[in-house]
Amino acid sequence: MLKVTDLNVFYGPIHALKGISLEVNDGEIVTLIGSNGAGKSTTLNTITGLVKAASGSIQLDGTEIANMAPHKIVQLGISLSPEGREVFPALTVEENLRLGAFTRSSKGEIEANYQRAYDLFPRLKERIKQTAGTLSGGEQQMLAIGRALMSSPKILLLDEPSMGLAPNLVLMIFDLIRSINQQGTTILLIEQNANMALSIANRAYVLETGNISLSGDAHELARDDRVRRAYLGG
Amino acid sequence: MVTFLGATINGLVLGMAYALIAVGYSLVFGILRLINFAHGSIYVFGAYMVYLFVSLQVGLFPSILLAILLAGLLALLVDKITLEPLRKKNSMLISDLITTVGVSFIIQNVLSVEKVFGSERKVFPSLNLFSNITIGHITIQSSQIIMFVVALLLLLVLTFIVNKTKIGLSMRATEQNSRAAKLMGINVNFVISFTFFLGGASAAIAGALICGYYQVISPTMGSLIGLKAFAAAVVGGIGILHGSVVGGLVVGVCECLAAQYLGSNVRDPMAFVILIIILIIKPNGLFGKKGITKV
Ligand SMILES: Nc1ncnc2c1ncn2[C@@H]1O[C@H](COP(=O)(O)OP(=O)(O)O)[C@@H](O)[C@H]1O
Ligand SMILES: [Mg+2]
Repeated sequence: MLKVTDLNVFYGPIHALKGISLEVNDGEIVTLIGSNGAGKSTTLNTITGLVKAASGSIQLDGTEIANMAPHKIVQLGISLSPEGREVFPALTVEENLRLGAFTRSSKGEIEANYQRAYDLFPRLKERIKQTAGTLSGGEQQMLAIGRALMSSPKILLLDEPSMGLAPNLVLMIFDLIRSINQQGTTILLIEQNANMALSIANRAYVLETGNISLSGDAHELARDDRVRRAYLGG
Repeated sequence: MVTFLGATINGLVLGMAYALIAVGYSLVFGILRLINFAHGSIYVFGAYMVYLFVSLQVGLFPSILLAILLAGLLALLVDKITLEPLRKKNSMLISDLITTVGVSFIIQNVLSVEKVFGSERKVFPSLNLFSNITIGHITIQSSQIIMFVVALLLLLVLTFIVNKTKIGLSMRATEQNSRAAKLMGINVNFVISFTFFLGGASAAIAGALICGYYQVISPTMGSLIGLKAFAAAVVGGIGILHGSVVGGLVVGVCECLAAQYLGSNVRDPMAFVILIIILIIKPNGLFGKKGITKV
């Protein structure tokens, strides 16, 4: 589905991604873990076209998408729920979701996607007419994910969905990520909360200052000593 | 009482046309957090296009339509050619500002070149299309009625576009967070171009209405009226559409009353007197929200 090869990204003199490669197959949950500043968000922002790649290849189902305009990449089936949620604070929940479906033109499809968002997140349905800025952090996270699903993506990219949430909400969000995946959406999940991420993922990559240092089966990595020491607090 | 009512009506009419110019500042500011000082010169350009096509015997309405289209395109091109390259390089906002000031001068000067339109005033076709209306001792010219009604309708159309259409939703999204807007699949460059086009088109309509009322046109008329409309936009709370309308009406009424009671010399500074007073009381303008910053 998604294949990143030898990707290099710079911010001025800062070499943020140093030739990383990773792959996400159809139907998988893949997680990219790493500490703060490792380059996780940069990876997702480059895949979605927000940040320019200096070199390397990004392919979606064989189509080269590196450095395409972000709005075209969404159209091709990649959707991002960004770090810090970035909902439109002065717009209503409904308008935020409508914007998620901006690239969709079929009324029926948009209706079905609203329904899916409300089924996954009943709390959003209760707050349709409320502006997004008045939602709690957890609700904004639900809205960001719901909004990203509105474009019927083939692959959903999630940038730290658990950030700043209370533990019970974190559990709920991870449960929902699993259901979204079971309903057929491929997922690339970025997390600092490595424990949770590894528990729901099929495979994982570990990113350290712009390099992939480890990769493999998520459950095996969760038992790996180096991973435990660096990211799992033991 | 009659003079008061008369001056107030004149002010409301003129104010509605100011509002039409002011929304151009507001729309562009909303999306780019930029004051487009070239806007006044787009207004002049629009008026001159009406003048040009009418003198080429195109007919008044087709001339106005062509002028709207061309002014919208010029506004869009000014952004594409001079501002978009700066945005791409993440330039300082001050560079964009001085660029728009420069463009304004260039446009007004090109218009006043002898072989183009020349720098002297010209007679503009009258918009007094039907007979004046007299109520008691107050006479309202038909061009004033046309100015008020057309400007009001267009402001309603603009409000409808921004609040009820898909392109309007993408404008509001871009205004709040252009990065997130891109992630929604919105072509932000297109939204910016569309916004400049709307602003330019509105300015051209205002140009036709105001010049059709005064029946004169000159290449430098845009500086003062542009600044007044900018003041009106700030009075109402820049970036807020209905704020621009109220700001335009306040400025229009105040300057007509000032001209009536304090003498015509007081007319032009009035917009700025109002601006200063209102900003001291409400620093973000009448409808302004606190702390507007670019995301
Ligand atoms: N817009 C930016 N400009 C300059 N440097 C940046 C920018 N965004 C991120 N960086 C730098 O790139 C590196 C990777 O950042 P990021 O991808 O946000 O990491 P993570 O998401 O893993 O915390 C960090 O050193 C960060 O300081
Ligand atoms: Mg990050």
